[in-house]
Amino acid sequence: MEIPKTFLGYKREDGRTGTRNHVIILPVDDISNACAEAVANNIKGTIALPHSYGRLQFGADLELHFRTMIGTGKNPNVAAVIVIGIEPKWTKRIVDAIATTGKPVEGFSIEGVGDIDTIARVSKKAQEFSIWASEKQREERPISDLWISVKCGESDTTSGLASNPTVGNLMDKLEPLGVHLCFGETSELTGAETVCEKRGKTPEAQEKFRKTWSSYNDFILKEATDDLSESQPTAGNIAGGLTTIEEKAFGNFQKIGGCKFIDVLEPAEEPTKGPGLYFMDTSSAAAECVTLQAAGGFNLHLFPTGQGNIIGNPIEPVVKLTANPLTARTMSEHIDVDVSKILSREMNLDEAGDELIKATIRVANGRLTCAEALGHREFVMTKLYRSA
Amino acid sequence: MAGTDIIIHDEKDNVGVVVIEKITPKQDCDCWIMENDKSVKIQSKDEIPLGHKIAMTDLKEGDTILKYGHDIGKVVKSIKKGEHVHVHNVKTKKW
Repeated sequence: MEIPKTFLGYKREDGRTGTRNHVIILPVDDISNACAEAVANNIKGTIALPHSYGRLQFGADLELHFRTMIGTGKNPNVAAVIVIGIEPKWTKRIVDAIATTGKPVEGFSIEGVGDIDTIARVSKKAQEFSIWASEKQREERPISDLWISVKCGESDTTSGLASNPTVGNLMDKLEPLGVHLCFGETSELTGAETVCEKRGKTPEAQEKFRKTWSSYNDFILKEATDDLSESQPTAGNIAGGLTTIEEKAFGNFQKIGGCKFIDVLEPAEEPTKGPGLYFMDTSSAAAECVTLQAAGGFNLHLFPTGQGNIIGNPIEPVVKLTANPLTARTMSEHIDVDVSKILSREMNLDEAGDELIKATIRVANGRLTCAEALGHREFVMTKLYRSA
Repeated sequence: MAGTDIIIHDEKDNVGVVVIEKITPKQDCDCWIMENDKSVKIQSKDEIPLGHKIAMTDLKEGDTILKYGHDIGKVVKSIKKGEHVHVHNVKTKKW
């Protein structure tokens, strides 16, 4: 199949391209959620991104909070941003960083004003942003403006046999075209960590991966009670036939095909070493992982599932594929691409990879994913430790 | 092509994955090895559902399970060729 050279996206002020055109209302902290949701309810064409944190965090955990907030605002799928916090200082820090992209952004703080007046003031600005964004048009943009993140969930053995290798096949075909790619799920590479480490393109990337994986593994060993039964693998994984974390890891790892990663990113860190594959240090919990990848600037997500994970994301469209024929049948409203014919050998990986590329470009052009049509907007901050 | 009951990732693997809705005891199954495109046959001993693993050889306690050509855990209860391989007889070597 000849891969299209372009797709239709929204060109942003900083040169990046969005596959979506969202106006977001971003609360800095948990107590600003109510205000953000009220504004999004008032003003059509805006979405609120409520979450649970943002107060009394400190150190690396606070830095991650800021990086996630700022990265979410900077993501090219976002046309304009309203930031609402209880206090002005942290709000301003986020606003100033998002403003470096050149996109419209405005911050508001609630203290000394109260929710009702804030909602009124913010609604006026949100209306202005929403109407402004509605005039943005899609234009032809190079395929290399796609930044694709991947993560699998509710995996079973069909994931490792077929749906993950389908994503790997897409990566093998899109990497030479200058697409940015990202995989994560640090703990879920356990068992395959030495094989994965060797996929680092440079000794530095390999070393960084080794340190990142070891540090996560040490943390798990420290906190684990007896074992990780029902967490890794999950009860769903086990029902689907996955027996051990090692088996899950080798299946997971199929998603990167034959690609090598050029760098290891901190959670929510934006890649800076040009096109190619990156590894991001993330949790293996779906919503946490995709939220971090979206904050890293990725504009389209591929999500292979076995038993049927239903996740979506508010700003990054999540394309779901499965090779499990039962899941494709019983949960069809969640599945964008059915590759179960690989198991019956009526479809090969090359054909499946092509189907996924076609679906990816249609979604990049604006086709709603199943998760978007169903209203899945899971926005979950990763928290590193307790607040002060 | 159709009629494959079990897929094996790598020639070295000692387990295969059931890819039909289920296999029943004493079923003669057609297996396909992805790595080298070879076909082999096996008779099952247990009922095994879609996605679950079957032992391609006799395995004893302490043996290593190979899938994708790699170590994915250890046998904790001996397994006969054709039996169901899962959490009741295999454990991780990691956590």
